Amino acid sequence: MTTEALTPLWEVFIRPRNGLHHRHVGSLHAADSAMALQAARDVYTRRGEGNSIWVVRSADIAASDPSFAEPMFEPADDKIYRHPTFYDIPDEVGHM
Amino acid sequence: MRSAATSMEAAGFRAILELADDGLILGHRLSEWCGHAPTLEEDLALANMGLDLLGQARALYAHAGAIEGKGRSEDDLAFLRRERDYCNCLLVARPNGDFAVTMARQLYFSAFMEPYWHEIAAHSSDETLAGIAAKAEKEMAYHLRHSGEWVIRLGDGTDESAARMQAAIDELHRYTGEMFLASPARLEAIAAGLLPDPETVRAAWDQTIAMVFSAADLTVPDVRVPQTGGREGLHGEDMGHLLAELQFMQRAYPGQTW
Repeated sequence: MTTEALTPLWEVFIRPRNGLHHRHVGSLHAADSAMALQAARDVYTRRGEGNSIWVVRSADIAASDPSFAEPMFEPADDKIYRHPTFYDIPDEVGHM
Repeated sequence: MRSAATSMEAAGFRAILELADDGLILGHRLSEWCGHAPTLEEDLALANMGLDLLGQARALYAHAGAIEGKGRSEDDLAFLRRERDYCNCLLVARPNGDFAVTMARQLYFSAFMEPYWHEIAAHSSDETLAGIAAKAEKEMAYHLRHSGEWVIRLGDGTDESAARMQAAIDELHRYTGEMFLASPARLEAIAAGLLPDPETVRAAWDQTIAMVFSAADLTVPDVRVPQTGGREGLHGEDMGHLLAELQFMQRAYPGQTW
């Protein structure tokens, strides 16, 4: 069997502190989820980076197609009215 | 004639030195994997575990040196003793072998030390030692989990991994009995409440090993002649080679710091 079949790729997400969300930090190879969590601990939390780890098989992530990025994302570029900063807030409102 | 207090200090020093030497020598063995492990992930895992053990050894040497009261530093104790003066058990100095041997060694040791540190943290009359133990217990809990998971996967893996894992167990099991033997210094330390009797954690060790071996489909070998001698400084021929590398810098450049 190939390395990829025996130890597939996993994506690693770390939560730095309570109240924050998990962020993607990198990937690694491991045989299963238990070993992936241990490898993530050993590779990505050596300097106190977090208090919670998620791992997910890279193959289980559905990703957008880079070659379809323009139709996917460019239509949003000119919709500046979708940003709150587009609007003038009356002085009477004060801090929002 | 030595006073009772002096004798107790000498026994305490020696008993703590046994724990420190176990940590230093096993930590050094794990450091030999650095850059050579099967995968990047495991390279870091082995180095992490080695550094845990080195950290424990440093704290223990410093504490032992203070108890001894002769001004010996942690470096003096770690690097400037002769082979016969090291009192680690034989298990920790066993060569790395293949990955299965390294994981079996780590399982055997951490399955003993996790509950043993727990007992020290809970009951030792020595507050400094109890503090070192509380930190070390958590580190050993991880070593136990990591090595246990590997032993299960290798034992219950392919034909080759299962054969290698069983061979590792067959080779190392005879060295495990020494962990439960109390040297004269350890017996004094036990009587003084400094350290627990190793026998108090035998049931926990037996249970851990039985659980892992059952999941890994491994057979406990029949040990006719347990290997002992490390506590008295009688080491195998590999120990000299290990110390030659471990001590090289301090021997070649005395007093070197970094």
